[in-house]
Amino acid sequence: MGAEFVQFSLTPMLIGVFAAVACALPGNFLILRRQALIGDAISHVVLPGIVVAFLLTGTVAAIPMMLGAGVAAVVAVALIEAIRRLGGIEPGAAMGVTFTTLFAGGVLLLEQSDTSGVHLDVEHALMGNLESLIWFQADGWASLVDPVALAALPPELGRMATVCGLVLLATILFWRWLVMSTFDEGFAQAMGLPVSAIGLGLVTLAAISAVAAFDAVGSIIVIAMFICPPAAARLMTERLGVQVAWSVAFAVVSAVLGYVLAGYGPLWLGASNAVSAAGMIATVSGVILGLACLFAPHRARIGAGRSPDAV
Amino acid sequence: MPPMAGVWPRRTCPSWSWPAKPMDGFLDALLLDAGYNARLVAIGAGLLGLSAGAAGTFLFLRKRALVSDAVAHSTLPGIALAFIAMVALGGDGRWLPGLLIGSALSAWAGLLAVQAMTRRTRLSEDAAIGAVLSVFFGLGVVLLTVIQTMSAGRQAGLESFLLGSTAGMLYADAVTIAVGGALSVLAIWILRRPMTLVTFDAEYAAARGVNVPRVDLMIMGLVMAITVIGLKIVGLILIVAMLIIPPVTARFWTDRSGRVIWIAALVGGVSAYTGAALSAAAPALPTGPIIVLISAFLFALSLFFAPARGVAAALIARRRFQRRVHRRQGLLALARDEIIHDGLTLRVLQDEGLIRPDGVATEAGRAQAAKVARDEHRWAVAREVHQDSGLTGRYDGLTPIEEVFTPDEIEEFDRRIGGPVGVA
Repeated sequence: MGAEFVQFSLTPMLIGVFAAVACALPGNFLILRRQALIGDAISHVVLPGIVVAFLLTGTVAAIPMMLGAGVAAVVAVALIEAIRRLGGIEPGAAMGVTFTTLFAGGVLLLEQSDTSGVHLDVEHALMGNLESLIWFQADGWASLVDPVALAALPPELGRMATVCGLVLLATILFWRWLVMSTFDEGFAQAMGLPVSAIGLGLVTLAAISAVAAFDAVGSIIVIAMFICPPAAARLMTERLGVQVAWSVAFAVVSAVLGYVLAGYGPLWLGASNAVSAAGMIATVSGVILGLACLFAPHRARIGAGRSPDAV
Repeated sequence: MPPMAGVWPRRTCPSWSWPAKPMDGFLDALLLDAGYNARLVAIGAGLLGLSAGAAGTFLFLRKRALVSDAVAHSTLPGIALAFIAMVALGGDGRWLPGLLIGSALSAWAGLLAVQAMTRRTRLSEDAAIGAVLSVFFGLGVVLLTVIQTMSAGRQAGLESFLLGSTAGMLYADAVTIAVGGALSVLAIWILRRPMTLVTFDAEYAAARGVNVPRVDLMIMGLVMAITVIGLKIVGLILIVAMLIIPPVTARFWTDRSGRVIWIAALVGGVSAYTGAALSAAAPALPTGPIIVLISAFLFALSLFFAPARGVAAALIARRRFQRRVHRRQGLLALARDEIIHDGLTLRVLQDEGLIRPDGVATEAGRAQAAKVARDEHRWAVAREVHQDSGLTGRYDGLTPIEEVFTPDEIEEFDRRIGGPVGVA
């Protein structure tokens, strides 16, 4: 745990943790509202967004890319809604049509445009490259108080931390609204809450997390963190506040454990190369969810556990 | 702003330019003139699209379209494990049937995981789908990086399963895909009756003695087979589009069960065949995205222009209805000698030659106005005579009274209204 850790592992691990928490927080509500796959859809349409942004600006600067991704997410949500209403098609199928089409368009644009001069390709958009977000200037824990070294922190860290803080703040500020409109939409409406605005706000929040996390870690972590930690947390408790706390804990554990296993696990097994950190974080979150499905105290539906044939 | 060095590793993408005469190559491929392999791939893709469209219809009507997304993403760890196993046994890791068997096994595991989570825990199906999709895919990526470090020269090609690629496909692979596509078409043809019955009315099917869970299993098995066969062509990220877009497209054209299936099959077959041919003519174009975009184009076309349920048809019907309402209101106003102010009403009446530009009724206009006013009277009488709301309830101002009552009845109404009576 010395200089090497600070230089090579600290920042990617922190970025992973912030990304995981930023996605897990809105994920809690998305799961309860049965909108879990919105995260999946958004993370697919981010690709055409950044490709179009690249074609328009000609650079891979972060701000235009994130704007492009955000616009693409909004367009996708609008398209899903339009197809659903105009065609009278069920939401799942409308979503399937929209995100596959936009993703296909993104891939085709990417292959058609001359990106040989920049670093833009599909596989790494999917898998992320957490490992490369290292802190070159650091030479030990002392660098944490060294302004010169701090200035050279990867910019992804600052962005991800900001977005994570923003999501946390929004969750706390709008807690009562979110809870009421999630559990009893009719009641919330009768109380005079702007129910559809809350729903839209939640999706927007999810989109912001997805776009920021995608920028830092690729789209696998995004989908896995939207769903796995909140789903596991849902099986642990009956209370929403506790569930959110569990989901944050699971997200942090997945990110840290996943990163450590990916970076150091193969070395322990005698191999010489690390494996994909994003993939391993998703895998660990899946293992946590699997364990929760088997052993968590509140895993069964109410009543389901009492009949003799149910497990 | 610094570039996003983190997301985009330092790796150059191959640049590519159009071949000298892209259209010639495309036409050759479309007409099966572009070499034996390309021909086989195009036929295989067409057959696969055909069966994907049909099988997707069953899934779509069962409202389980996105389950196929989980199935498709869970193939990745199986492909990677099969590769590792085959290399460990001393074989060539890229033997397609072996990879497909591996992908089928892990897709099956993913499907079981989705079903177990939905049945045994209180998580909803969409959460289960998302969890399985992302975790299996994540595991697959981990295994891919393991393979990359195993022996650098050998790993080539597994990434092509993500987005599909027909460029440089081996002859044996093309045969595998064509045979698989043909077999799945055959399976759908044999199983079409029980599957149609279950997707349209599961309870009726159960009452008829059909084993519904088993038929559901057959549908999922078929979907899995199509996913696995399609991996090499379309890729695991976009194969779900071949299962979803054709049935959604077909739904715009008809309300009849049997036809939805075959229209979907047609849409799927045409887009897959055209897409494969196009990508054979321009090898650097990834096959999967092209096929998806062609079917998305057909979808958009249907969304707007399908005669039965399309947006344009709905707009035209609405406009026609609006004109009929305005025509009637205008004629009633004429009959009562009221002044018409509404612009659309004036326009409608004028278009039909019922009023002159200055708003005064023409001969025809007065006749029509008299008829509308008389029918209005008849309806009023009809409501007094008939307590049967099944008949008088059809009064909406637009249905001609002749469609609801017989000439005898109308004569009776006229008798009650009575003719003009002189004033003393």
